[in-house]
Amino acid sequence: MSPSPPSQTEPILRLRGISKNFGAVSALTDIELDVHPGEVVALVGDNGAGKSTLVKILAGVFQPSAGTIEYLGKQVTLDGPGRALELGIATVFQDLALCENLDVVANLFLGHELSPFQLDEVSMELRAWSLLRELAARIPSVRQPIASLSGGQRQTVAIARSLLLEPKIIMLDEPTAALGVAQTAEVLNLIERVRDRGLGVIIISHNMEDVRAVADRIVVLRLGRNNGVFTAETSHQELVAAITGAAENAVTRRQRFRAAQAATREAGL
Amino acid sequence: MTTPDTETAATLDRADTRVRNDDSFAGAWRGFVDRVRSGDLGMLPVMVGLVLISAVFTALNPVFLAPNNLVNLLFDCATVGVISLGIVCVLMLGEIDLSVGSMSGLASAIIGVLWVNSGVPLPVAIVAALATGALVGFVYAIFYTRLGMPSFVATLAGLLALLGMQLYLLGSTGSINLPFQSDLVRFGQTMIMPKWLSYLLALVPGLVVAVTGWRTSQRRVAAGLSPLAMRLVLAKAMVLTIALGVAAWYLNLGRGLPWMFALFVLIAVVLNYALTRTKWGRSMFAVGGNREAARRAGINVKRIYMSAFILCSTLAAAGGILGAARLASSSQQAGTGDVNLNAIAAAVIGGTSLFGGRGSAWSAVLGIIVIQAISNGLTLLNLSSSLRYMITGAVLAIAVIVDSLARRSRVSHGRA
Repeated sequence: MSPSPPSQTEPILRLRGISKNFGAVSALTDIELDVHPGEVVALVGDNGAGKSTLVKILAGVFQPSAGTIEYLGKQVTLDGPGRALELGIATVFQDLALCENLDVVANLFLGHELSPFQLDEVSMELRAWSLLRELAARIPSVRQPIASLSGGQRQTVAIARSLLLEPKIIMLDEPTAALGVAQTAEVLNLIERVRDRGLGVIIISHNMEDVRAVADRIVVLRLGRNNGVFTAETSHQELVAAITGAAENAVTRRQRFRAAQAATREAGL
Repeated sequence: MTTPDTETAATLDRADTRVRNDDSFAGAWRGFVDRVRSGDLGMLPVMVGLVLISAVFTALNPVFLAPNNLVNLLFDCATVGVISLGIVCVLMLGEIDLSVGSMSGLASAIIGVLWVNSGVPLPVAIVAALATGALVGFVYAIFYTRLGMPSFVATLAGLLALLGMQLYLLGSTGSINLPFQSDLVRFGQTMIMPKWLSYLLALVPGLVVAVTGWRTSQRRVAAGLSPLAMRLVLAKAMVLTIALGVAAWYLNLGRGLPWMFALFVLIAVVLNYALTRTKWGRSMFAVGGNREAARRAGINVKRIYMSAFILCSTLAAAGGILGAARLASSSQQAGTGDVNLNAIAAAVIGGTSLFGGRGSAWSAVLGIIVIQAISNGLTLLNLSSSLRYMITGAVLAIAVIVDSLARRSRVSHGRA
């Protein structure tokens, strides 16, 4: 276990002692988390580890029961989704939340249209194209309704939309969960490009391969507590052990069983 | 197929070679066929419907197409048409208002009681009727957003309650005649636009299309985007001008273009602008398409519902006032019968989806012309209202079936 302070820069976001109780249940206890500019932090953990709760706290949907959130060196209170957006914390939710009946431009600018009484379609389209081009996104036409786009393209639009308001941090909840191999690779590329623009990225994923492919640091949560910080070089076994809380777990048992099976089969031949 | 920008590096929006750009006439036609095939029918059912209806009724009774009959038709269109514009707003959100008929009846009763019976000045009576409509819409919105009452139940209750209020206001006499010489009744029965003005107005839409198209195109080029296909824009402007010019000429062979219909079209133009070119309109489409997405994008969803319900009831009241002017009376029958269904059917036939997120103000204009043409044609054939109701019901059913099938096809073709 080697927590690695990756950069000398000040963190954009610093969580100290964050706890969240739902009645008698403590979903999060004493969470510490730093996010630096130009860094991808992966948040991993089993179901119920508190990842989504943490994201919702950062998105301003939930308020923490205890602890402090420092944003750009100043202590802040995220008392609503609007407040988080205003500060520059953008969230891409798992279900993307796009309007299928509207085209790409309309979705990108939804709720933030230019000149509300005489929509400035030309400027909006131009901004949409330049945003998508910066992300090297492959959207054939921004005047297509979202309904005609693939899952990866929709994810791209959702990520582009979160970048529209020039955030400092972007959080992605399971960005690759519903995607195929090629689209997953595209989204991972996209995440790297966002990082290269100097943003902090928090990504939640169950897919260890994806996590190790893009993350600079991997933060493991277990039963609502920090359970170690790892790097991409950490072995799969070590990560799984941290996530499940034991070197001896369902995953290792299964691997051992499969290895034993293979051995007997070979011996039998 | 020719593209205007093959000479240099492609403009920003034309860089992707996977997209076919339909800039030529043949391309536009192919795009149209593709859209219709995938279930994006747009105005097609209305156009086909209008041609069919005109052919059938003219064959049965040539008076149908006589200029003066069409002038009457337009007078009748204006009253229910205004109500239908409101229906477009609530349908856009995937909601419904079943009480628009009763609301229009109540508004006509308010006009009769306040203006004729109590001697209140007409403008005050009109404002009172419209304000009542706004209040009713406000109550529906509260029921829907705060109490979670489905809109069709809330407005079904409203249908009965408003009808009760109408009967209560009119009292035992049952109907109030409006003075024939008053401006309101003349507006509803005889006021016709001067010929020169109708021709002038027929030129306006084509000019607006051409000029805004040209200006948008200039701005797009300045911004480094591809220009609009000006050939198509000009063709559209020309077709529009010719069609409207011919229509104006034909109506002027009879009495001419009713002011009341002009008012209806004016409201439709304003609503169309609001729906397509303002943030409010964009929010309406977004809430109708995906309410949760709209909420997370920071749109105040409750306020959007509120605006739609208020607009719908207010326009229903306005339709009621026009109806009173048309009939020169406020009666117990005003707003009953098929008014409700005609208003809803007009919007749906014109292409506004019952499922929310799709629609336009023009759907109400074209849809109501279809509905009134049927009703007018059947009246010319001396058919009783029993048959008229049955046929209107069947037309509504067909319109909804077309809407459902088209929607299913759109889903499978990746169009929303």
